[in-house]
Amino acid sequence: MKLPQLNTQPILQVSGLAKLYGINRGCQDVDVDLFPGEVLGIVGESGSGKTTLLRCLSGEIEPDHGNIIFQSSHGEALNLFSVSEAQRRLLMRSELGVIRQNPRDGLRLRVIAGANIGERLMAVGDRHYGNIRQSARHWLEQVDIQTDRIDDYPYTFSGGMQQRLQIARVLATRPRMVLMDEPTGGLDVSVQARLLDLIRTLVTELQLSVIIVTHDLAVARLLCHRLMVMQNSKVVETGLTDQLLDDPQHAYTQLLVSSVLTP
Amino acid sequence: MLDEPAYNFAYLDEQTKRSIRRGLLKAVAIPGYQVPFAGREMPMPYGWGTGGVQVTASILGGDDVLKVIDQGADDTTNAVSIRRFFEKTSQVETTTVSADASLIQTRHRIPEQPLSRDQILVLQVPIPDPLRFIEPSETEARKMHALEEYGVMHVKLYEDIAHHGHIATTYAYPALVNQRYVMDPSPIPKFDNPKMHQSEALMLFGAGREKRLYAIPPYTDVKSLDFEDHPFEIQQWDQCCALCGSTDAFLDEVITDDKGSRMFVCSDSHYCQQRKQQTKQSDA
Repeated sequence: MKLPQLNTQPILQVSGLAKLYGINRGCQDVDVDLFPGEVLGIVGESGSGKTTLLRCLSGEIEPDHGNIIFQSSHGEALNLFSVSEAQRRLLMRSELGVIRQNPRDGLRLRVIAGANIGERLMAVGDRHYGNIRQSARHWLEQVDIQTDRIDDYPYTFSGGMQQRLQIARVLATRPRMVLMDEPTGGLDVSVQARLLDLIRTLVTELQLSVIIVTHDLAVARLLCHRLMVMQNSKVVETGLTDQLLDDPQHAYTQLLVSSVLTP
Repeated sequence: MLDEPAYNFAYLDEQTKRSIRRGLLKAVAIPGYQVPFAGREMPMPYGWGTGGVQVTASILGGDDVLKVIDQGADDTTNAVSIRRFFEKTSQVETTTVSADASLIQTRHRIPEQPLSRDQILVLQVPIPDPLRFIEPSETEARKMHALEEYGVMHVKLYEDIAHHGHIATTYAYPALVNQRYVMDPSPIPKFDNPKMHQSEALMLFGAGREKRLYAIPPYTDVKSLDFEDHPFEIQQWDQCCALCGSTDAFLDEVITDDKGSRMFVCSDSHYCQQRKQQTKQSDA
């Protein structure tokens, strides 16, 4: 695993972030920096605020408090919620990518695979059919889908293939930061293993910065450089992955680690 | 009291007409933008042109000359009914001659005869939002219009090329108006799209069920969407019109018997008749 370059500026700086739906429901007091090429895992039980945090970071919901500063490819530091909505949405479909747990939420099932991949390219202004198709082929290869399925509908794909297609679709615009919400949830273990392998390869090759939400500690151990544990809307522990999993300090992390069944 | 006519001039009451005209002014001011309006019930079913009829009723004056066409023809049910409706409720003069009309209400076609600056074309629209088939949420679609997020419009065209090797969308072909709003030109064939570009006549669009108005003011840029390597093209035919011999009009395929015989004829009935008369005169 390639080590993150810690001497560079963080691509994402989050400070004092809060989005609450009720007392301790949502996420609050979140401070975190993400560096280029780094994979940060967010673990915690259901309802601990992982997804809320991720949706704030992707610009989908506006937080109640706090700042999210994203370093754009032009070198500007953009506060995600003080730039115009137009600019935020442009970032979301070019430099940011979100991979959802259910590929059916992230794909257009009634639109062929090639057009699914091409959509983000067309959304940022690509108007050359040949180039878009070339790019779609390239990304299908990257995610191990036969290129002759380029004109097939995603609803004819298996669950694992749909998830890989979703990854191809997001990566087509070469985002600098990708947010993943349980990307391996709902898949059987052998498919999960292949998908994790793929994500790990792509992350290393493309030097992506990734935030991945999961409650599977095995996934976290395999992919993440750093982990953040959440409980009841708050971050209870952060640290390097092995450190945190092998020597948990907080009572909840200890519980989490000891709950894993080892076959 | 008994001497008063049962209806106001052109059926709609003056308040309604004024509110629709206000909507139309806004539509003209922002070319291609869909303006909501308080659509009224009309004495005809939705889908038969209630939007177009309301626009026509609002802008019709006593000295206007009205022409109504449906699929290019002046003698089809819809055209005949709407023409009779306005003859009865407004007593305006009607015509089938495209050049003589000051106001033309149409469905599915723009006349072949180039329109002039003192004419207004009113088009009936079933679904005004070109984003509807890509983005089912109305709220999201409006936001996409507001932020000019039109990349997804090309997804449909991409699929066409992937499946058929060329852009197979033939009607309701989306176009960018005044370099700003993407518009559904109503179900006219894409053959008619170039006629909207820098048109001398004002074009007004009314969607009755969806309650939206939009407009293309005279001399406005209208560019049909396409790809750099698959440019926009209009339909072409191997035949000429079987009746008038026209080679540059939009042709309908008509099946003439149950053995599969067919002929191609102009869809614009007035244009076709005019050409036949001219040929007769030059022969004589």
